Formats: sequence, C-alpha cells, structure tokens
Amino acid sequence: MIAAAFEYHRPADLKGALGVLAEYGDDARVLAGGHSLIPMMKLRMASIDHLVDLQDIAELKGISVAGGRVTIGAMTTQHEMITNADLSRAAPIIAEAAVQIADPQVRYMGTVGGNVANGDPGNDMPGLMQCLDATFTLAGPDGTREVAARDFYHSAYVTARDDGEILTQISFATPNGGYAYEKQKRKIGDYATAACAVQVTKTGGKVTAAAIAMTNLADTPVFSDAAGAALVGTAGDAAAVKAAVTAALAAINPTGDNRGPAEFKRHIAGIIIGRAITRALSRA
Amino acid sequence: MNDLTPTPEDRTAKLKGLGTSRKRVEDARFTQGKGNYVDDIKMPGMLHGDFVRSPYAHARVKSVNADAAKALPGVIAVLTAADLAPLNLHWMPTLAGDKQMVLADGKVLFQGQEVAFVVASDRYVCADAIELVEVEYEELPVVTDPFKALEPGAPVLREDLAGQTSGAHGARRHHNHIFLWETGDEAATNQAIAAAEVVAEEMVYYHRVHPCPLETCGCVASMDKVNGKLTVFGTFQAPHVVRTVASLLSGIEEHNIRVVSPDIGGGFGNKVGVYPGYVCSIVASIVTGKPVKWIEDRMDNLMATAFARDYWMKGRISATKDGRITGLHCHVTADHGAFDACADPTKFPAGFFHICTGSYDIPVAYVGVDGVYTNKAPGGVAYRCSFRVTEAAYFIERMIEVLAIELGMDAAELRSKNFIRKDQFPYNSALGWEYDSGDYHTAWDKALAAVDYAGLRREQAERVAAFKRGETRKLLGIGLTHFTEIVGAGPVKNCDILGMGMFDSCEIRIHPTGSAIARLGTISQGQGHATTFAQILATEIGLPADSITIEEGDTDTAPYGLGTYGSRSTPVAGAATAMAGRKIRAKAQMIAAWLLEVHDGDVEWDIDRFVVKGAPERFKTMKDIAYAAYHNAIPGIEPGLEAVSYYDPPNMTYPFGAYVCVMEIDVDTGTHEVRQFYALDDCGTRINPMIIEGQVHGGLTEALAIAMGQEIAYDEIGNCKNSTLMDFFLPTAVETPHYTTDHTETPSPHHPIGAKGVGESPNVGGVPAFSNAVHDAFRAFGLRQAHMPHDHWRIWKIANQLGLHG
Ligand SMILES: Cc1cc2nc3c(=O)[nH]c(=O)nc-3n(C[C@H](O)[C@H](O)[C@H](O)COP(=O)(O)OP(=O)(O)OC[C@H]3O[C@@H](n4cnc5c(N)ncnc54)[C@H](O)[C@@H]3O)c2cc1C
Repeated sequence: MIAAAFEYHRPADLKGALGVLAEYGDDARVLAGGHSLIPMMKLRMASIDHLVDLQDIAELKGISVAGGRVTIGAMTTQHEMITNADLSRAAPIIAEAAVQIADPQVRYMGTVGGNVANGDPGNDMPGLMQCLDATFTLAGPDGTREVAARDFYHSAYVTARDDGEILTQISFATPNGGYAYEKQKRKIGDYATAACAVQVTKTGGKVTAAAIAMTNLADTPVFSDAAGAALVGTAGDAAAVKAAVTAALAAINPTGDNRGPAEFKRHIAGIIIGRAITRALSRA
Repeated sequence: MNDLTPTPEDRTAKLKGLGTSRKRVEDARFTQGKGNYVDDIKMPGMLHGDFVRSPYAHARVKSVNADAAKALPGVIAVLTAADLAPLNLHWMPTLAGDKQMVLADGKVLFQGQEVAFVVASDRYVCADAIELVEVEYEELPVVTDPFKALEPGAPVLREDLAGQTSGAHGARRHHNHIFLWETGDEAATNQAIAAAEVVAEEMVYYHRVHPCPLETCGCVASMDKVNGKLTVFGTFQAPHVVRTVASLLSGIEEHNIRVVSPDIGGGFGNKVGVYPGYVCSIVASIVTGKPVKWIEDRMDNLMATAFARDYWMKGRISATKDGRITGLHCHVTADHGAFDACADPTKFPAGFFHICTGSYDIPVAYVGVDGVYTNKAPGGVAYRCSFRVTEAAYFIERMIEVLAIELGMDAAELRSKNFIRKDQFPYNSALGWEYDSGDYHTAWDKALAAVDYAGLRREQAERVAAFKRGETRKLLGIGLTHFTEIVGAGPVKNCDILGMGMFDSCEIRIHPTGSAIARLGTISQGQGHATTFAQILATEIGLPADSITIEEGDTDTAPYGLGTYGSRSTPVAGAATAMAGRKIRAKAQMIAAWLLEVHDGDVEWDIDRFVVKGAPERFKTMKDIAYAAYHNAIPGIEPGLEAVSYYDPPNMTYPFGAYVCVMEIDVDTGTHEVRQFYALDDCGTRINPMIIEGQVHGGLTEALAIAMGQEIAYDEIGNCKNSTLMDFFLPTAVETPHYTTDHTETPSPHHPIGAKGVGESPNVGGVPAFSNAVHDAFRAFGLRQAHMPHDHWRIWKIANQLGLHG
C-alpha cells in the first residue's frame, strides 16, 4: 500500500498547472483532495510520474451565488459546500448529497472538482450535477470551453475532458422547487448501492418541471429525461411517481458487486428513486 | 471485624479494589496517542521486510527470479523457500499439529500466500522491490468449497501430505481431509431422535470472518551477534509460547531469546498464531546482523493472517410435543483453509465446540467435526471467543429457534422449559463438560421483564397484521439468546498447546514503602489488565490499586504463562494474582503479629491492615508491614515480601447471559435498525463494572459487524473479495446502536475470587441475538434459516424469496 515514486509539482496559478500538464502529457495528472487518486496510487493501480497539486491555486476556490447562478470553484471541498450558508439557501440539495459522501475526514479533503472530474460511477456529485443541469468549465492550453454535465460522462473514468485540461469551475442556474438526494449504502464510507437526485417544481398543483439523475447504477451517472417527463403535467400522485420510476429504471444498467447482484440493485434503485421523487414533491 | 473500621473515607474507598469502577490507567497514554506499539519501535540500523504474495489461490511456482529486485538500490536480500530450506525453516509447525509453508515451496495454496521476503533499507524500497520480483506461476484448479474439496476427484491441495492417512488428530479419509473429531454418544443420540415426537433439522452456516484488529500484525527481530541474544518485539497474544517455539525451531537457547509484546492494538485471536512474517524477520536479522521490522498492511492482514469461523453446522434436535428437548446431533464441516493453523488446545481440534448443548439440559448428544483443506487462507482462530464457542452458541441458539418453529412454540418459553436448573449445578453435560455454576432462569426472567417481552410480542403481531394490510413495509424482529460460554483454559490435565500446559502466573514484589509491582504471564491488548489486576491485588493485599504497577509481555521479566485469548486472563492469571496476593498476606500476618507482639492467630485482616483482635487501636498497616519486611525483618525469617503463583485451574468457568435485540427491518431495501439491545451478563464476581460495560459494548459491536455484514468471501477462482475496509465491514459510531447493559452475579465456586471472564461473552451472545432478530422478523412469513451476514442484499433476498416484494 505504498505508491510508486513520483515527481511533485505545486504551481501557484492555473497557467503554471496547465504548463506542467503540457510538458509531461500523459505522464502528468492533477491532484485535488487526493481521496480518489491517492488510494489508486497506493494500490499501484495508477502510476503517475508527475503529480500536479492544485491546492495553491486561489482562482480554483470559492463559492458564489449571484444573478440567479451558482458558481463553485473546482477546489472547493465537500466540507466547504456543506457549511456554506449561501449555497445551502440557493441549492440545498448540494449539502443534502454531500453529507452522504464518505465521512468527515474524506469531506475535509475531497473536492467537488475531483469528484466530478474523476469519472468514477460511484461518485455522487456527477449525478447531482446532471440533475441540476450544471456546466463544467474546462481550461486548456488553447483557452477555456464549457461542457454540460449531462454530456460530460462517456464511460467509467472516460469523460469529455482532455488530458491537458483542468476543470476550473461548476455552475448552474439557482434551482427552485422541491429537491431530494436519496442514497442507500452499506455503511459510512461506502459508495452508493443506488442513489438518486431529484429537483421538481410545481405550480397550481401540477408539476411544471422535473429533473432526475442517478448514481452508481451504470458505468456513468444516468440522467433520465423520460423520468422527468413522466412527472410533468401530473399532480405528482402515486401513479405518476410510479411511471417516473419505471422510466428511470429503463435507463439504468447496474452490475453486480459486493453490494449484491444486478437484480437486487435494480430493485433498490426503484425504491430509492421513488423515495427521492416523493420527498422532493413533498418539498415542492 | 471491629466497629471502628472502616474509615476514614471508607479507607479510601476500599483502596479502589474489587467492585469499583476505577478509571483505566492505560487510557492516559492511549487517548493521547502515546502508546508504544510495535510499529513505533525504531532501532539503529533497522531494516524492513515485506512479502511478495501470490495473486493466485492455487498454482505451481515454476520459478522466482529476484535479480532485478536485488539490483534495486537499498535492497539487502530477497529470501525464498530455497534460501530457508537449508535451515529447515521453509516450513513451520502450526499450533494445530500441521505444518505451514513459510515461503512458497513449489506451489501456492491461497491468494496472498507468502512467496518471497524482500529485505531493504526502508518500506518504500521494499514496496518497489516487490514489484520487481518475477514469479512464474502455473495455475491449478481451485477449491473454495469444503464439500467439493471432499469429492473423490477434487484437486489435491496438500501434495506434501501424499500417502499420509493419518494426521495430528487421527485418520484422514481423503486427500483434502484433515481430521474427524467426535464426542458424545452417536448411537444413543440417533435413537433418541428417531424415537422423538418432534425433530427439527437445519444446516446452520457461520461464515468466514476476520478479527481485523485496528493494529495489524508485525514484529521487529534483532539478533545481537556479539552476545548471541535474539530479541523479538511483536504483536503476540502469547509471548512466552512464541519464545519457546522460537527456541525449538531455531535451536537458540531459551535464555538467549527475549520476546516482548509492547502495547497491542487489539488482538481478538488474530495475534495468537505464528506467522511467516515472524520467521522471516528473525531469519533476516540473523543473516544480516541488523534489526528487521515487518508490519502487515490492512490487505495483508485481511487476506493472509488468521481468519475465524467458516463452520457448516448440520444439526438435528428432537423434543417431546410439549417442548422438552430429548437429543442433539451435530455434524460440522469445518473449512480450515490451506493449512491447519487453528489455535486450539492440542487435544481439541474443534476447540470447545462441544459446549454446543448450550444452556439446556439435553440428555444425549453427539458432535462430529470434519476438518477440510481448501484454497483459502489458514486460520480458524477464536475471534473474541473461547475456542469455537461462538460457533457453538450460534448453532444451538439457531437450533432452538428452528425447534420453536417446528413446535409452534414461543422461543422464550422453549428456552425456559429446557434451561439447566440452578439446583442442577455443578452440571455434567452430555458432551462431557462440568458446568461450574449458573442461574439461568433468574437471568432470563429478568431480561424478559426488562424489555417487556410480552408487550414486544403483541407489538410484533400488530405489525405483521398491519404489514399484511399494506400499511407498513417494516417488520419487527425480536432476537433472543441465552448463551453459556466456557472460558479460562484451562486445567493442565486436558488443556495444552503443543504440550505447553495452559496454567498462568503472577509474581508480586512489594516495595519497602508500601507500593508494589506485579508481573503476569498474560498480555493485555486493550482489556485493561493494568487496571483490573491491580484491583484484585488491592483487595487481597491492602495496598491502593494506584500504588501497584502491573507489567506483562516481556519474557525476560514476566513469569511464564500462556497468554491472553479465550477469556483466560481473569480466570487463570487473575486467579494466580489472587493466590500470590494471599501468600503475601500470609507472610504479612506473621510480620504484623511479630511487630504487635502477639501470636499470628491474634491478628485479623481489615482492608489494609492487621488488627489485634479486640483491640482495634493496635494495628499495623500493610505500609508498616512492607517496610518492616525489609528493614525490620523477623529474626530468623528471610527479609523481603515477594510471592509467585502458578495457577492450574481445577475447571473452566462458565459465564452466561441473556440478550434481547429488537430490530426494525425494511423489507424493500434490506436495511435494518436496532431499536433496542438489552444485554444481561453474568460473569461471576465483577471486578470493575465500568470495564465490564466497555467490554460488552465492544463485543456487541463486533457481533453486530459479524451478524450484519462482515465476511471474508472468495469468488470461484479463490480471489478474496473483502480485502479492504471498503468491503470488509467495521462499524463506526453511526452503525452502532445504543446498548443497555445489566447483570446478575453468580460467582464461580472454584475461582479464588469467583470471577469468570467477560471480554468475549458479548460476541458469543451477540451474534445469535442479532441474527435471531432478523430471522424472527420473517418467522410469520415462513422463514426458518438464512445464512449470515445479514447485509442489505441478503435480507432483501429473504424478503424476495418469501414473496414479500409483490
Ligand atoms: C473511504 C472513502 C469513501 C468515499 N466515498 C465516497 C462516496 O460515497 N461518494 C463520493 O462521491 N465519493 C466518495 N469518495 C471519494 C471522495 O469524495 C473523493 O474525494 C472525490 O471523489 C475526489 O475528489 P478529490 O478532490 O479527492 O480528487 P482527487 O482524488 O485528487 O482526484 C480524482 C481524479 O480527478 C482528477 N481531478 C481532480 N481535480 C481535477 C480538476 N480540477 N480538473 C481535472 N481533473 C481533476 C484527478 O487527476 C484524479 O484523476 C470516497 C473516498 C474515500 C477515500
């Protein structure tokens, strides 16, 4: 459980970090909180010659809520998101999801940027960001570009980010209505058996918008348009919830692991999605 | 006693001896991170060792090429079986009478097996060098199922045993068979069962788990070539046994070996055995002349050092229509892994499993245990229990539940009907034990009243009805257990390990100014010996517990003993402590009488002093006596005040308890919540109630882990599926429920202070209590038996198979 030797870089700004990535290409990788990357290195499942630590880069930190938009710097820790009052007012679903990640020690270190950039289907923030229809800003040698969270994930650990790019921030329109992040896990410190993020709005007793995304139920996070659509226009009654769950389940593809076989996960997913929708509706 | 005593201040609260919740003296250093564990030990010039381990569960090792590793700067040596063979140390004897490869000798038999030992200047170099050792394997067919291992055409695992039709425990009937151990009267048992009105039959599996102490195993071996002395610091639960074994194996005379167990971060049986890491570190130190440290990482610990349980227990229990048990038959298929490295008393290859008649008066019984080799890690240690006692308790407490179902009877009533009655003690069980004492009905009735058992059953019935009406998706389980343990091994006449009798010892030295040091043959791993043994002595010799130092674990200074496991420290070493204390007091009485110028018989003991009978103002305190013992000795009598006692217990002790677990189960998700857990323990005389409560909390939490999630499982090609704490369940504060503890007190009649041991009771009783709660929740829907661990998936599966998901 000891990582192979590596060179450690600690640039003071984004430009410096991009420069190291450009210089070493494939052999370099950025380090955020290290709580996904370092374990892989210790298991020697990842061997990285050049680690580029982002912690000194001030422009990657901070949370702003302004003009109907929420912007979170990539190096913001999960703990900071949980304790930021502005963020909790603007998008309470973030804290609700973040406290269900790992344990306090991990949350003090783990960052939102690392969580969404990692590409591990077990991470909770990617599904959440798809639910919020967030935009990821990527900085590369040729400038910055934006990619929608819903387009970012290709397969496990394969994302729209190029090796030479750094994810700098995440932003989304301040959500309104009801919300819920529901997660089943075996214990503290475990990834989800199944998890689901829901945002819904209701006017005059009718659902006007709904976004539903799921975690660890396929090799990427799963956003289900159809599930949201099944709720819109209904009163959010039991039949509508059931239809939404059915639609959501059609989009997942869980695989068996120590948490249980696929058929079990599929069943748990149905329960968790249903509970998330119901709770979100109750808050809408 | 005279009426002036005791005061002042109740003579400083009876010197904080027996029965007081004295604060643990160890905690000041532990809570400040100032313990001194093996990995804290650093010696000048110390090297580090680590293993190349097999990725395969069964493979031939065609070659090991260490050239590239040896070329890495900082690498001192790479040891293989070929290097150890000339010393005859490539294999080592196990505590169970088998032998085990120290380093792979031609083949590997489980994933994680030690193949080569890299010695380097630091741990980092070791880790890099391990990657550079090229091992050529040829995969062989893998057997992880003990039943398949016994099939005629099963692969031969232990080629070294070819042609050996008997082993350390009798005949072997198959190449993967280790032993068949039997006790009881099988013919009479079968007859009783055949003639019975009601018979319940069930296969009860107690899955493979791991003690997983927070501190993993390790050692620092240091051979001083100048004076010829070998010092080994290690995570040893039995340091004296390690010294003797090391001497026998190495040929180094025992006085030239010093084994030291420093602070130990939990053992739970994992640190009883002898591991290849110890042997390799010692050899490496002898070869290099430098100290060599070896410390496992978590994966090494979970994959390669001793596991626990893995018992397939096939039971038949018979009864009359009205619920009187008439017979019990049990056959166990015991999966021992690749080598038989169980740590049981030599005459008992299945430990004390034959305590499996439990708390019940069962007239006739039989147990047969088949030990089997598989391609899994060796072990089979007593994980926070006396040898195989947890397996036994789980078996009988499941069989009772199954019988209750068969009889259509309440499981609490069935237990009560069959308990050994108070007036039957000492009680001779059908399987040959003499239970020293007990009062089961009193404990049981107290427990049922405390939880309002009848009320709980009413609530449960209402819940089932509501569930059937579709008003709730949660069920309520009431998990009952009444367990009887057998601890404190043990009488030398039938308890030994490799011929070493299982007595224990205490040596006391009183200092002139009235303080003392006592050394014992045991070693604390968190149990609080430094606190409780001082309390025993405070009461026996009348010096404040705070003035008594307790020391264990250094074989150069401590008297010989068999160590700490199987709840034996208090029953055996605690008894030795009391007996040594009494020797001190006997001499003190002579000194007091001499100082007071009266006959020995004219003084009497009073907390901390001898008082002249009828003249309370004339006395000598132990402090006075201690000084006099050295500096004003009785003419003609040796100065000094010291004593030693080696205690060979006349019998085991039999702690017992009544536990009730109330659990809510979500049928849809398989999740659970422990709503209430009531634990009544009877451990005889209670030395320190606070420590008892702590032990119960800890043991119950391990029991929760085992019952509800913890396991070491393998896939079909022998890959260990739970080698990190992501997949191996260790509960945190979040998963741990609130416990209510309670007690009755039935002292052991043969123990000097009546104490029985408690550290393991909550694991023994807790596992069936949690598991029975899960089973009980589904009893109304027809569940009889579902194997542990009851993780979300397996609970969900129960509900699913019972058709509860609609
Ligand atoms: C015991 C344990 C339990 C856990 N449980 C959960 C859980 O339940 N749910 C959950 O979501 N997570 C869980 N995690 C993971 C944790 O949240 C991680 O911290 C997080 O996934 C990654 O964030 P990080 O800042 O630590 O990233 P790092 O580990 O530093 O990096 C992860 C990956 O992302 C890349 N990366 C990081 N930042 C950027 C960036 N700005 N731009 C481009 N690439 C970047 C890195 O190069 C690396 O490949 C757990 C971790 C542990 C140790």
